[in-house]
Amino acid sequence: MTAMCDVAFLLLTFFMLATKFKPPEPVVVSTPKSISDITVPHGDIILLLTVDAKGRIYVAMDDRPTRQSVIEMVNSDKDLQLTKGEMNTFVADASEGIPFSALKAYLDATPDQQKMDEVNAAGIPADTAVLAPNNELAEWIKAARTTNSKIRICIKADGAASYPSVQKIIKTLEGYKIFKFNLITDLKGIPAGTAAYDDAHKADAKK
Amino acid sequence: MAEMDTSGGGHKKGPGVKKGKKLSTRIDLTPMVDLGFLLITFFMYTTTLAKPKTMEINMPYKDPNDKVEPNKIKESVALTVLLSKNHRVYYYEGMASDPTKPPDLKATTFAAKNGIRDEIIAKKKMVDDLKRAGTLTAKDEMTVLIKPDTTSSYGDMVNMLDEMNINDIKVYAIIDITDVDQNFIKETEVANGVK
Repeated sequence: MTAMCDVAFLLLTFFMLATKFKPPEPVVVSTPKSISDITVPHGDIILLLTVDAKGRIYVAMDDRPTRQSVIEMVNSDKDLQLTKGEMNTFVADASEGIPFSALKAYLDATPDQQKMDEVNAAGIPADTAVLAPNNELAEWIKAARTTNSKIRICIKADGAASYPSVQKIIKTLEGYKIFKFNLITDLKGIPAGTAAYDDAHKADAKK
Repeated sequence: MAEMDTSGGGHKKGPGVKKGKKLSTRIDLTPMVDLGFLLITFFMYTTTLAKPKTMEINMPYKDPNDKVEPNKIKESVALTVLLSKNHRVYYYEGMASDPTKPPDLKATTFAAKNGIRDEIIAKKKMVDDLKRAGTLTAKDEMTVLIKPDTTSSYGDMVNMLDEMNINDIKVYAIIDITDVDQNFIKETEVANGVK
């Protein structure tokens, strides 16, 4: 009994120290499955572009200083006239799916109202042409890249999202000459009898 | 740990001496352990220890100012895959660069058996055979051109990219679908009576 108790509390301490709470997700996204098991390198700052099944785009950054700098840049570039308090609300918030036109009102709202807004949000407008005036996604990406040129761009899209909605993101990235990015997928087993299966088993045999 | 030796010194008392009532100092640890495990479970669920798995893709480098696109891929190594609605997949050999010879469009699915995977494996074998025969040089690699139609879903695209990894296809590209390809799909759909 004592030993089990010790182990239980050791584990508890470990998890308490190692845990990093999942940032709240604005929408439920079920990513498609792939055999790729690459993880995002530890310590990289991620610009996460979430696309839900309806094709709405949400932008999230997991680093507070980055968010601070991004919102300041977007604010001055697009002349959104956000107050310091509104910008702080943005920095504290995990993700954004609100067009610029509604951003000020959204940041002013109460937390409960914000949650509702987030669910009903129209998503960040995007376009296949980077320089299109309605391509607000391009503005976010530009601000994020200017803040941190090494920011890693991950697309987390729902498997049911239509291809054109994801294509808009890819085209916008290409417009900024970003040709390398990550797609977040669920892991699935490698089907037997394929080249990848043979490869994986050869590597195992060597070990 | 949480109990103490209460058995006394061990010296015998005389028969007339009454034994002092021994109070147990054992503490029931069960609730504490329960709580401990409950918290462990909670932290295990909420933790993001498992980082999300990702797929890295490299899009072909394109300079917007550069209008001329060198077309270096040979027809014989290319396999064009068109992704259409309802997870339907169409494919044809080559790139249909010769407008006078429309390609033979075939329909398939993502099924593990007799799906697009078998076609890719067959094509890969064919390219390898041609290489051995000397028709193709060692530099030629089988190339898959993925053209998702506007009606296709993102899941299909990831599935297709995954097939590239599964079958170890080194050269592949996601390309915008052309009107010509869209027409091929339409014609095949009409021919097969698909609405």
